[in-house]
Amino acid sequence: MPGKLKVKIVAGRHLPVMDRASDLTDAFVEVKFGNTTFKTDVYPKSLNPQWNSEWFKFEVDDEELQDEPLQITVLDHDTYSANDAIGKVYIDIDPLLYSEAATVISGWFPIYDTIHGIRGEINVVVKVDLFNDLNRFRQSSCGVKFFCTTSIPKCYRAVIIHGFVEELVVNEDPEYQWIDRIRTPRASNEARQRLISLMSGELQRKIGLKVLEMRGNAVVGYLQCFDLEGESGLVVRAIGTVCTLDKLSNTSAFLPACNSPSKEMKEIPFNEDPNPNTHSSGPSTPLKNQTYSFSPSKSYSRQSSSSDTDLSLTPKTAPSPQGPRIFLFPSSPTLSCDSPHLKKSCLLLSGSALNPLHSSHVSPVVLRKSVSFTEELLLAASGMGSGSAGKEGGPFKTLLRQQTQSALEQREFPFFTLTTFPPGFLVHVGGVVSARSVKLLDRIHNPDEPETRDAWWAEIRQEIKSHAKALGCHAVVGYSESTSICEEVCILSASGTAAVLNPRFLQDGTVEGCLEQRIEEASPPGCGFCHIPYDELNMPFPAHLTYCYNCRKQKVPDVLFTTIDLPVEAIVIGKGCLIQARLCRLKKKAQAEANATSISNLLPFMEYEVHTQLMNKLKLRGMNALFGLRIQITVGENMLMGLASATGVYLAALPTPGGIQIAGKTPNDGTYEQHISHMQKKINDTIAKNKELYEINPPELPEEIIGSPIPEPRQRSRLLRSQSESSDEVTELDLSHGKKDAFVLEIDDTDAMEDVHSLLTDAPPPSGFYSCNTEIMPGISNWTPEIQMFTAVRVSRLGNINLTNQTLNKNFNDLCENLLKSLYFKLRSMVPCCLCHVNFTVALPEDELVQIAVTAVAITFDKNQTLQANKAPTEKSQQRASTDNEEQLQFPLELCPDPLASQPSLPAKEVLEGATSQTGIPAAQRDRCNSWIELIKLKAQTIRRGSIKTTASLDKTSPLAEGYLRHRSVPSCTNSTVSVVKMTPLSFLPGAKITKYLGIINMFFIRETTSLREEGGVSGFLHAFIAEVFAMVRAHVAALGGNAVVSYIMKQCVFMENPNKNQAQCLINVSGDAVIFVRESELEMLPVQPSTVVSQPTSSGGDVTT
Amino acid sequence: MTSDLDIFVGNTTLIDEEVYQLWLDGYTVSEAVSRRLRGGLLERSGTSVSVLQSDTRDHFRTFQMLERLLHSPPRLCQQLLFQIPPPRQAALIQGYYAFEPALARELLGKKLSKGTKKELDEVSARTGLSLRACRRQFDNFKRVFKAVEELKGPLAELIQQHFLLPPPLARDYAAIVFFANSRFETGKRRLQFLSFGDLAACAQHMMGHWTQGAMTPEAAEPDGDVPRSFLQDLKELKVLVSDKDLLDQHKSLVCSALRGKISVYNEMETNFKALSRALVNVGLKLPHPRDVRDFFVDLVEKVLDPCRSDHWSLGDLRLFLGSYTTAPRALGGFRHQLLWERYMAGISACLLRMYHE
Repeated sequence: MPGKLKVKIVAGRHLPVMDRASDLTDAFVEVKFGNTTFKTDVYPKSLNPQWNSEWFKFEVDDEELQDEPLQITVLDHDTYSANDAIGKVYIDIDPLLYSEAATVISGWFPIYDTIHGIRGEINVVVKVDLFNDLNRFRQSSCGVKFFCTTSIPKCYRAVIIHGFVEELVVNEDPEYQWIDRIRTPRASNEARQRLISLMSGELQRKIGLKVLEMRGNAVVGYLQCFDLEGESGLVVRAIGTVCTLDKLSNTSAFLPACNSPSKEMKEIPFNEDPNPNTHSSGPSTPLKNQTYSFSPSKSYSRQSSSSDTDLSLTPKTAPSPQGPRIFLFPSSPTLSCDSPHLKKSCLLLSGSALNPLHSSHVSPVVLRKSVSFTEELLLAASGMGSGSAGKEGGPFKTLLRQQTQSALEQREFPFFTLTTFPPGFLVHVGGVVSARSVKLLDRIHNPDEPETRDAWWAEIRQEIKSHAKALGCHAVVGYSESTSICEEVCILSASGTAAVLNPRFLQDGTVEGCLEQRIEEASPPGCGFCHIPYDELNMPFPAHLTYCYNCRKQKVPDVLFTTIDLPVEAIVIGKGCLIQARLCRLKKKAQAEANATSISNLLPFMEYEVHTQLMNKLKLRGMNALFGLRIQITVGENMLMGLASATGVYLAALPTPGGIQIAGKTPNDGTYEQHISHMQKKINDTIAKNKELYEINPPELPEEIIGSPIPEPRQRSRLLRSQSESSDEVTELDLSHGKKDAFVLEIDDTDAMEDVHSLLTDAPPPSGFYSCNTEIMPGISNWTPEIQMFTAVRVSRLGNINLTNQTLNKNFNDLCENLLKSLYFKLRSMVPCCLCHVNFTVALPEDELVQIAVTAVAITFDKNQTLQANKAPTEKSQQRASTDNEEQLQFPLELCPDPLASQPSLPAKEVLEGATSQTGIPAAQRDRCNSWIELIKLKAQTIRRGSIKTTASLDKTSPLAEGYLRHRSVPSCTNSTVSVVKMTPLSFLPGAKITKYLGIINMFFIRETTSLREEGGVSGFLHAFIAEVFAMVRAHVAALGGNAVVSYIMKQCVFMENPNKNQAQCLINVSGDAVIFVRESELEMLPVQPSTVVSQPTSSGGDVTT
Repeated sequence: MTSDLDIFVGNTTLIDEEVYQLWLDGYTVSEAVSRRLRGGLLERSGTSVSVLQSDTRDHFRTFQMLERLLHSPPRLCQQLLFQIPPPRQAALIQGYYAFEPALARELLGKKLSKGTKKELDEVSARTGLSLRACRRQFDNFKRVFKAVEELKGPLAELIQQHFLLPPPLARDYAAIVFFANSRFETGKRRLQFLSFGDLAACAQHMMGHWTQGAMTPEAAEPDGDVPRSFLQDLKELKVLVSDKDLLDQHKSLVCSALRGKISVYNEMETNFKALSRALVNVGLKLPHPRDVRDFFVDLVEKVLDPCRSDHWSLGDLRLFLGSYTTAPRALGGFRHQLLWERYMAGISACLLRMYHE
């Protein structure tokens, strides 16, 4: 349906001098949309022209409206020669195409030139009249809302969450077209910017069509990426989650809509699998076999080889008496079940003097990372079928399961790009699933049918889906895809978290009704998602299960890895922290297929080591779960780099992690032993220190009793850990508290030594700082409105070429650590504060160059209230547990020997009761004491700072003033009309309420210079460019009438330099959601915290029992 | 492993006041780092030297980018590139335009030309300021001078408007512009005892009392110059000293008014004619561009020095100037009462400021 686009050019200011003679400019403007161009009059001799043009009207199809950007070019009129371009503004008019968003775009836009950067500003007004046609949304997809936010946007309610949507568009990269040889760099850059803008418009429209097909009205968690494949083309691809959203009129309406935290299913884990999964039942599927062949003789036309790996779901402890199972040998040409086993176990245990008791502990370390075929093998080896009937799955559950299954099975890929969910949506979480594949890029011959790329991704998604199934999960949440390209090799990666979802949100109201009531009966809101979704008899991998430490009814794994955000209802003890695993691997330079092969051979090892590191670091911090896990593998000419970031937390529902134990291989060497014990001591100290730092004080008492009161026949026992061995004897107590799950790190060579050292070199953030890569920091809830979003980029040259893996690792590690350190230093005036959503991106632009880009937001919080808020979750959990069991006995041990499986809850309650009574008061006292000390410290700090230099205190106060002054006029610079636009990678603004989403911001910029030195070298160049990108994002948001960008992300930052030629080029792609927010203090309402760490709708009656 | 590229860009531009001051003082990055180290920053924040270096470099780069905008402060407030909260913008501007009084004292009355700029290394050596800081301050003077050169209206307000400076700073700049316009000689050794503050105050008094803006709010002429008409009129005052009768009458009027009121009555009585002649002659010289430069020298040599050697107190001087100014009201044949009082108001204020007992 046609629409009318109206544009008015009002004025310009601060234009550059284009005429040296007069020091002035004769500027005019060209307004172009599609193939139509209008011009304003020339405004002679002024740097601040007032065009005040008429309304330029474009009558266009809405398909065109969606695809095309509005292009505004400012030029200098020249009578005798060609007019010189000053710069351009591209305006995406998509936000004007749906009624709820912006109605007008009006404001000052920076005039951008790809060679000179920002050159003045132009004031533009844009409006769209869509003709009122009932059917107008059917032809194109105007009206479908897009959100980058990976949760249900704050002022909406999810009626249905339909599921996954994906699309990709390919084209030739203008940079590689023949014409590029004869056109100027500016023309080439502009062609590229315009093409990408067009392509992303087209992509968005196509996705919109799919959304309408699925009967949704919005895409949430929309992630659009560019693959600059060089000669083979340009791919723009996007994924998202289709939803039907309802606008909420006010916040109170929000609560009833999502009040189902208690609607989790928390019966017994699903034991039956109504849809026998053929894929995982066999020892190996044909598909797998194909993908796994590592031989270069592979007959796939262009795809030389692919290696997909499946990352540790929940990291596992191996209970099997068979000894550790390691299947990490991609080098073994045949994939027979047994040989890898043997090989690996030999490898790992060789030379070790471990007693058999410990050897069974070794395996977890190793198994943490299993290459995807591992799983197949594992399944085969342990003889797991898929259809083993559960012993106690009620008919209800079957029904529920089937419904969910069918709801999801309708979709090709039951994936969700969301990372935060409405309460009750997430039922169980299985663990991380991921797949990678190495491909050789080839010219895309027919851009209209990008079959190869589609096929590649389809393959990977299929892989993910099957992994999820193997985990007993029917869905994948927190799903994301990425690529890393070097020359013609491309690594495609996908990862997500296998999960069981509540069908209520997936289908239109069909399931509601009786089912809901059933579900509501008994459900522990804080721990349900931790409960294993798979059948404990048919575990897809060996895991060490215990009864949930919170509800005592269900099994939980000992460690949980996920890619999602911490669910709001989760009960967390203490604070979280950013955990990173960093790794480099050298690789020989090679061409094409040989290169791809060597990369695929390296990948499994990298994944394995990344996981080992993650696990060790997690243990070192005394934590038991990772959220927001993101593993990035970057490929370069002569190396691979792996960087995993996640936020570690201590989930109350999971068992206390054991320590790390070091074992040497030469036990009789005295000095060696001494060294070992010294290291052991250091590790233990670190763990203790970390527990203090992150305030991890789980109730100690239950810990002791835990082994016994669980009336489980198949008690975890040292000797018979195997879960497959379903004998029920030996109720041996397992009380070696703290050590029972101890990780054994074996030091058998210098490598391992290095590893241990590097474990210990991670410096904790300075006091007053916390960091995480998730949206919210567990344990901190009283944020102040002061935020500072930033991007930091570093490029380092790896000095000499004869690097070894070790030195490389160390360099990389230092680089990351130093970067973090400098961030802490820079933001020291914001203390106490937390760096949230810390997002590292690694690139290897050239042979010896490593580029790291970090985007994060620092948010200050109120220290004095922190402790109280922090206390709340534990108290509440205790309270919840204790409210209904006042009459319980005080002697839990009496119940211990009782192996009654039918009453699992009693002793559990007992335990918590005990915890409350024993640790409750002292804890409170301690806290009070702590807070007092903190207060004094804080004061001392301010005083000290004040006395040494007053400027520091200024530093501290003025950002606060910023928010305050925003709405008042400021005395000095009153003529400034630049409105403040906040930017944050989070989906919310602390202390503020988002009242309106104005549309998606998705911008792509290229900047190039041929005078690098003059612009301050590479640092000066990139610094200016990033500042310009921020400025352009802010200007667009302000023009839409917004005052913030949420879910901001810098998806790409490709930087290339050629110092010899004094040239550099950089491409940046950013996106986010433009919003209007209102300060809560201005709302005059009950502050509804957009995302508090703790929200417990249930069981808040009565005081804390002691 | 060396970092080629190392940047940090905040959505709100991060500004460290301490580093800003170091930058303004003209230190290089490495000098600034060592200064910060000496300040004990390392101990306080527990970080490493390399972090400090990277931080300093980052800030300096930001300041260099900001400098272009600081040259025209209203642009800093309008620009979109750096998001800086207004109070912080004001602080940046104030910091950038702040100057060392010692340097301003050196430059007062000098032509703000390239030649003077070349002499800055001497000024730098004398004042102990780094050459870079001197240059920045000199350029600021020159920029402000150029900006208001052609404008009409009260100088201080114009400067405040164009450079968004706080009023006291704007007044100081107005004084500098005034001096640059009128080219009073201030560099003589005899005048060294006068601080920048003294001279700036004098300039403000002169502008306050003599310029067009002082008479009519809607001024038609730039305020940096004392209006020609006023200067020409000053010739009329000659009668006060040339006409012997008038001079005697003037003297007796002042003497009768001050008898018993000032401690140096006798000295005043003996010196009256010399003083009166000096005071009037200063005014008579003002219309002649060549003689203008001696304004302060004359005031010091012919008025203040005699008073000082006779141990006048400041109060004495004030009383004397007061009745000296008002006495002509009672003089028969003197018709330029208004002109006289306008002239003397400026002169008296200057003298009182300049008189260091």
